[in-house]
Amino acid sequence: MNTKFLTGTSIASVPQISTVWSVNDVLETIRVRWSIGRMNYKVETGLYAVGNPTEISPVFVTANFKLTFDHVRRALYGMDAWLLILDTKGINVWCAAGKGTFGTKELCRQIKLVELEKIVNHHKVIVPQLGAVGVSAHEVKADTGFSVIYGPVRAEDIPDFMDAGMKATKEMRAVHFSLWDRLKLIPVELAYGKIYLILVPAIFLILSGLNRKGYSVDLAYQDGLRSVLILLLAYITGCSLTPALLPWVPFRRFALKGLFTGLLVAILLFEFHFLGKGILEIISWFLMIGSVSSFLAMNFTGTSTFTSLSGVQKEMKTALPVQIAMAGTGVIVWIVSKFIVL
Amino acid sequence: MNGFVYLKNVVTLELDAEKCNGCRMCTIVCPHAVFEIKNKRALIVNRDLCMECGACEKNCPENAISVRSGVGCAAGIINGILRGTEPTCDCSESGSSCC
Repeated sequence: MNTKFLTGTSIASVPQISTVWSVNDVLETIRVRWSIGRMNYKVETGLYAVGNPTEISPVFVTANFKLTFDHVRRALYGMDAWLLILDTKGINVWCAAGKGTFGTKELCRQIKLVELEKIVNHHKVIVPQLGAVGVSAHEVKADTGFSVIYGPVRAEDIPDFMDAGMKATKEMRAVHFSLWDRLKLIPVELAYGKIYLILVPAIFLILSGLNRKGYSVDLAYQDGLRSVLILLLAYITGCSLTPALLPWVPFRRFALKGLFTGLLVAILLFEFHFLGKGILEIISWFLMIGSVSSFLAMNFTGTSTFTSLSGVQKEMKTALPVQIAMAGTGVIVWIVSKFIVL
Repeated sequence: MNGFVYLKNVVTLELDAEKCNGCRMCTIVCPHAVFEIKNKRALIVNRDLCMECGACEKNCPENAISVRSGVGCAAGIINGILRGTEPTCDCSESGSSCC
């Protein structure tokens, strides 16, 4: 457990934390953005002190994902406040609230566990707005006597929120999904394929050696490397290019967005004579690039900030069978093209 | 407004305005400004922006709002189909999650 953010002990032996990121915090953030050790990046739950808080200082509630914790403590720079960390198993506020781990039960448990009523004389806790998915303000009030005040969506707006007398503007209440927000997610999306990112290209590399006369290692090398490159391009198109260009790609359904960009990339590769010479192989690549890109773009619904369960279910009902059919046909036609050159 | 709209006419959000006491909680918790208060009653003004997160339902003290909340995530839905459960973000057997 990394405790380098601790600077000492405040009153009531509550650990005091720094509001400034160390070089290590920055390096860890970059690492976690690449999905390395992302699922086990936690801080201890419970109460922390920021500055020198007293019984009139505000209490902020957040999750025990260290990336979240770091953003909140940085936003509290120059303030005297309490920070109450819930046990969300190292998951961010919004996702944890969706699962219920950032929820009414855990918030009430922590309020009682740290005996918050003995630490502050007001009965208020400031909960991030997106925590409302799991927290029921009136139930917390009934159980603990503490009023839940929903703070801004983004931790960086906390200073303005406090200056305005704990009032959030419409802007602070809205979830955005800017180009920069989406670009920050690209590393995690690229790492999504995990072992399949090596396995699938390896299979294509080996199969590329097949031909009418049997097997050729030279062919596996030449055609195989080209195949691997095409597949990786399809992958990147679906999971990174489409999300980055999201608002500018036509269609509302993510699967169609992915199919659209996939086919554009396929046309581009075809123009550069990169999809092979035979008509069968070219057709197979259009099918495979389209389906891979479409499937991965569809998966980005889970990362996006505005898709509904009903909507995703609706688009999947038609998209998933089409993607499977396209990919299956594509692979078969590609293998056949090894033996029959039209 | 962030400029993103997903599919039209699919969400399960329902508001029983008769029960509403005008406490504004739904306008506070909604991340996509779906509600507005008019004449001391809540009103759905941006229905297609709803992402079915369920925050409004959970924080309505009068139980005036209902929505089938869940993850709008294709991977989560596939997980649910494979395991015969509700759509879930929990990606592995050990219960660890993807988001």
